[in-house]
Amino acid sequence: MTHPGYAAARKRPKRDFFPVVLVGPAIFLLLLVGLFPLIYSIVVSFQGLTMTDEDTSFQGFANYAQLFHDSRLWESILHTVIITVVALPLEVLLGLGMALLLLDPIRGRQAFVALLVLPTMISPVVAGATWRLLFDHHFGPINEVLGWITGHEQALLWVVMPDLVYPSILICEIWQWTPFMFLLLLAALTGVDRSAVEAAEIDGATYWQKLWHIELPAIQPVMIVAVLIRALDLARVFDVVWALTKGGPGTMTETVSIYAYIQGFQQFETSYTAAIAFLIIALLSVLMTAAVRKVEFVR
Amino acid sequence: MSSAARRRRHARTQTARYAGIAVLLMFFLFPIYWLFAISFKTADEIFASPPVWVPGSLQLGNYFVLFKDGDAFTVWNSLVTAGLSTVLATMIGGVCAYSLARYRTGGNALASWVLSQRMVPPIVVVFPIFLLYVAFGWIDSYGGLILLYAAFNLPYVIWVMRGYIQDIPVELEEAALVDGCTRLQVLWKVVLPLARGGLFATAVFAFVFAWNDFLFALVLTRTEVTTFPVQVTHYFGGQSNFWAKIAAMSVLGTLPVFVIVVALQRFLVRGISMGAVKG
Repeated sequence: MTHPGYAAARKRPKRDFFPVVLVGPAIFLLLLVGLFPLIYSIVVSFQGLTMTDEDTSFQGFANYAQLFHDSRLWESILHTVIITVVALPLEVLLGLGMALLLLDPIRGRQAFVALLVLPTMISPVVAGATWRLLFDHHFGPINEVLGWITGHEQALLWVVMPDLVYPSILICEIWQWTPFMFLLLLAALTGVDRSAVEAAEIDGATYWQKLWHIELPAIQPVMIVAVLIRALDLARVFDVVWALTKGGPGTMTETVSIYAYIQGFQQFETSYTAAIAFLIIALLSVLMTAAVRKVEFVR
Repeated sequence: MSSAARRRRHARTQTARYAGIAVLLMFFLFPIYWLFAISFKTADEIFASPPVWVPGSLQLGNYFVLFKDGDAFTVWNSLVTAGLSTVLATMIGGVCAYSLARYRTGGNALASWVLSQRMVPPIVVVFPIFLLYVAFGWIDSYGGLILLYAAFNLPYVIWVMRGYIQDIPVELEEAALVDGCTRLQVLWKVVLPLARGGLFATAVFAFVFAWNDFLFALVLTRTEVTTFPVQVTHYFGGQSNFWAKIAAMSVLGTLPVFVIVVALQRFLVRGISMGAVKG
């Protein structure tokens, strides 16, 4: 007597449509939002389309050549890199510090963790809006507190002054996403094999020796995954900057995502936007491949 | 070290830790407090210098205005689009994950491809999708936004649920097959009840991702299905901002998420890390 079980299904996979039917709807939707835009972007990036001009003639690499002469584009890439390179290490360090602070049992630990994680759950637009209210030069509490510390009234134009826009964005970004790092690293540290740590303690290892030689190496895979996920998030940063500065003053804080948005939806450069989209994919592909590999490895 | 000395040292460490935690709570919670505080303030209190640290009363005028003008409808739009897209994503993502986990459909290649879809920046996708939606007449429709959110959440749902189903012992399903169940019945009567916890947690996070989205809603809506994050940005003016509305609308859009966090604490790690890291 045979049963249509898994063993049977695995032996003759070619005649079995059941697993394929289950996968079908999901793959269809993913192709619609994953593959269609990709193909569309490739085709259109070789044409001369704008929203007002339906020029579908083949333009060769004209749009791609234009990429290299577009200083505003490269500046927007630089802005994105600056935000990423400053925010990411700070988030990791601060997140690690927080995780170590809350690792050992302490009364109220669970409640503290839940409270500290709240910023990460908020919509990035709301996070940006909140910090805009805090940063207000006249009615905001930040200048008020700075006034107490410095002893005379402060009226710093946080999200307007060229010197202060990046600190504003970075503070908001770090505020929102350090809890994400914290949560992941805390989970990883909790999972570290206690017997190795205790053995080191018996051998007289100090706190820092234990951390450096046992705990950090043990959580390294998780740390790498967390950094890669956050790096990809930062590379696409849009909402927070949009809510805080809209890319301004001028184009000073324009990120790649904001620039692509402006080209596509305000300048209506259809074909050129497609070329930008392709450049973004190309630039991020290394990071994306690494992230996919690592995430699979850790699981 | 004597035990008394060790106890004293332990007490000192704990005190220092509490001090550190207090500083952290201050930094991470004060902005949220400020948002809530402004939403309860009167105009005089909002535009006061030095700032009013605690609102005089819990007056709800700022909220009434949002409901009276119909702005609060955007929260309903968020609820509909995030809610229905989550149902769609968990349903078709769940069965897809089952197929990937148990039958290894498409092997590792398909699973990797699904995961890589999560890494694609939305800005790359949104422009072609916008033109597609214009052609189909889907701009500013519930259906269009729901479909996109569902698709956007699928890689997350599939990836997490695949791991979850792999952890369920296969013997139960085999026993059900021996007892004469069809494979569809096994999926419905054996796997679904066992996977309910994971499915629920996954759904909640898919909901939060869709709920918090800004870019897709900004591009694909006009007036009818505007979601709350887009509405918040409407209150920013060139010279002056509508502070009371920004705060009250933000609070309306944030409260549901906070309720979820408190209710689902134990799922947080697994959900937030897109299942990349076992919690």
